[in-house]
Amino acid sequence: MGIEKELARIYPPDARVTEPVALAAYECDALTAVQQLPLAVVFPETTEQVVATLRLCHEEGVPFVARGSGTSLSGGSVPVPGGIVIALNRMDRILRIDPDDLRAVVQPGVVNARISQAVAPYGLYYAPDPSSQVICTIGGNVAFNSGGAHCLKYGMTSNHVLGLEVVLPGGELVTLGGESLEVAGADLPGLFVGSEGLMGVAVTVTVRLLPRPESIRTVLAAYHSLEAAGDAVARVVGAGLLPGAIEIMDRLAIQAAEAAVHAGYPLDAAALLIVELDGPREEVEADFLRLTEAIRASGAYEIRVARDEAERARIWKGRKSAFSAVGRLSPDYLVQDGVVPRTRLGEALAEIERLSARFGLRVANVFHAGDGNLHPLILYDGREPGALERAEALAGEILRLCLRLEGSITGEHGVGLEKRTYLAEMFGPDDLDAMRRIRLAMDPREVANRGKMFPGEPVGEQVGVGRGPHPLERAGLLSRM
Amino acid sequence: MDTSPSPSGPGVLTPRSVEEARELLMASRPVLARGAGTKWAMADPPSGAWLMDMRQLAGIVEYEPAEFTVTARAGTPLRTLVELLASHGQYLPFDPPFVEAGATVGGAVASALSGPGRLRFGGVRDFVLGIRFLDGEGRLVRGGGKVVKNAAGFDLPKLFCGSRGRLGVIVEVTLKVFPAPRAFGTVVVSLDTVEEAAAALRDLARSPLEPHAVDLVPPEAVAGGWERADRPLAPSASRPPTTLLVRVGGSPDALDAWIGRMEARLGRRGLRLHGEAEAALWVRLRDLRWLPPAWRLIRLHLVPSLLSRAERTLGRLGAVRHYSVAGNVGWAAVPSEADWGELVRALQALGAPAMAMRGAPPGGVWVVAPPGEAFARRVKQALDPGQRFGPL
Repeated sequence: MGIEKELARIYPPDARVTEPVALAAYECDALTAVQQLPLAVVFPETTEQVVATLRLCHEEGVPFVARGSGTSLSGGSVPVPGGIVIALNRMDRILRIDPDDLRAVVQPGVVNARISQAVAPYGLYYAPDPSSQVICTIGGNVAFNSGGAHCLKYGMTSNHVLGLEVVLPGGELVTLGGESLEVAGADLPGLFVGSEGLMGVAVTVTVRLLPRPESIRTVLAAYHSLEAAGDAVARVVGAGLLPGAIEIMDRLAIQAAEAAVHAGYPLDAAALLIVELDGPREEVEADFLRLTEAIRASGAYEIRVARDEAERARIWKGRKSAFSAVGRLSPDYLVQDGVVPRTRLGEALAEIERLSARFGLRVANVFHAGDGNLHPLILYDGREPGALERAEALAGEILRLCLRLEGSITGEHGVGLEKRTYLAEMFGPDDLDAMRRIRLAMDPREVANRGKMFPGEPVGEQVGVGRGPHPLERAGLLSRM
Repeated sequence: MDTSPSPSGPGVLTPRSVEEARELLMASRPVLARGAGTKWAMADPPSGAWLMDMRQLAGIVEYEPAEFTVTARAGTPLRTLVELLASHGQYLPFDPPFVEAGATVGGAVASALSGPGRLRFGGVRDFVLGIRFLDGEGRLVRGGGKVVKNAAGFDLPKLFCGSRGRLGVIVEVTLKVFPAPRAFGTVVVSLDTVEEAAAALRDLARSPLEPHAVDLVPPEAVAGGWERADRPLAPSASRPPTTLLVRVGGSPDALDAWIGRMEARLGRRGLRLHGEAEAALWVRLRDLRWLPPAWRLIRLHLVPSLLSRAERTLGRLGAVRHYSVAGNVGWAAVPSEADWGELVRALQALGAPAMAMRGAPPGGVWVVAPPGEAFARRVKQALDPGQRFGPL
């Protein structure tokens, strides 16, 4: 086959895979419900190899998807039928750390948490922290504009990417942005981040680093109702505070997390609120007094303040493991990712409860309350005929609910393959057409991650349906959020 | 409509609705949308272009303080927004300049111009959540949304930051806002040399003390010597920027101790400013009011480690220099057109992107163009294939 021969010219044998058995490891991402065998998988180690690969794909009209650890929950890194997978995990060097300039230049395969580890000796860190940060890569974070728990105060990935070197789908290498905090000219790195692999492959990423907060106060509050926890968020915000994170977990999520990692959560709680303040000592102490007043007034029946880093870590471990922990409650589940205005969280949760009853499926709720970013986990049993379809229908209803409330269909996971239809419900034809025109200007042959994000693009017929946890999840390495 | 477009020659278009803006746009070419025109060269239309004055397309569309978001039409004066937010204890953390001069919401986005206060929480790009704009074919396009976290579709709101009216006519913007610090305090420290001042700036910026602003200016900027028209400044009088200004904001009780720790870190006591005098100083710096009026002005996109080299280059030429946002932004002013040539050559040797803000150097506003031109051209082709908004 021609393309294999061409790939052999670019890659040594240990950097390409075409055997079906070996390809199977790449047939899906963390949206395990969708599977597709690629034509080949290649493992570039240099920018030149990426350039040569993309040039080849462009010339031959062969679609490709670039991927890192495959933690996408929206099917964004599922192989394109008849296409190749460019696995960037070997491009994993931290090229430069400039502590004075508060920048690091990294390759796309660098795992998110590694940046913070590498810059810790300078008292710095990289702020965006998706729950999968111990395994997800920066390249993937850039593709999906992933966030995490701290987006209200610190922003999403795009707020922390200042410059990029990108290989466009025709093989042209371009530089976008630079190292200054102030991007010069139209914000091209801002446009590239979150473009879901449709504009090419980022081969170096210049990220902004922040000084590690001097002082952190983490408060856990337990409530007898979900509504009370929701009201507490309004009180905290109403007090003029700007917490680094505000999270809520409902009863089902609390129980799952507790069973999995023994975070020490109060098991009788109907909802838990986690609020974290961070910043200079003086500021945090002054705000902490106002925070505890607000939480006391909100009817919490138990309030715990983390006394040290170990207690804080335990609180967050429970929260961050909640997703994979839900696997203990149900053989299968879908993770949804929608956003509603923060003031309408209560309304959204009540409606989700009604939908849950109507579809006869349990829904666990974990969410970034400060950002209005809901993560309903829809539990189902894939062995039961029609259960997956029902779960997907319920997930769709939740997305439509987010749109009715003037929110968004994704806060951090991206549109991918999963939510293409809903993108057309969020944006009008002219909006989508403008995005499509930009896509075609970058990639006239539509070889870059074809079929993802845009509702109209042909995706091919070979996509299959699977079930069960992702291999990484089984290994306890992946958390779905 | 106040002005009917005619193909015979440029004039000013003043749409009162999005529909009117679309009609005027389709009847005229080239067109530059603009607010109050406060950004000097950035607001200059391409040659032969119609100006589309957006100030009648004004008004707050939506503001729910508890959401930390506000949506306003492009022509809304920032001042309206700032006052409304202040009445609910909120503010625009990117600290936009020229608020008092009439700058608009659309202009703030199109120019991507942030003030010294953008250091702590980010610039315009970090606070734009949603946008509606007319593209080069008159289509009304929406990008982003109205919630603080959103990853759906291409990030068109960010793309329009710094687009200078060349990609479309912004008609509406949604911004993220934050609770305002209840008080601000500033310490002014005089250092002996620029090297020492630059080192202090870098140290504070990477410290966990999280200052809201760190700027380096000549002593005159604080003393206010240059704003008076009766005191023309000779280039030789330009003194090196050895005055360090550090601003913090938060609970009034916390500020003194916070500033005290800044001073301890610097190893120097400074002049502490609070209240109105403090606020006024930052407005003067933010709006570049202290720079000699009518001087030619350039904005540099730096990083802190480039500051010493930039300073050697600019100091030799007798430019007035102001380093803002902890060394990420440089302002350089020279007295007359006669000084452009040497300055332009020096900046090209420095290599950091640089844009003319006041005065027009030969070759356009970009003295040193940013990278990504090939990519930008493709975006331009997609949104404005007929070059209705002039070249990039």
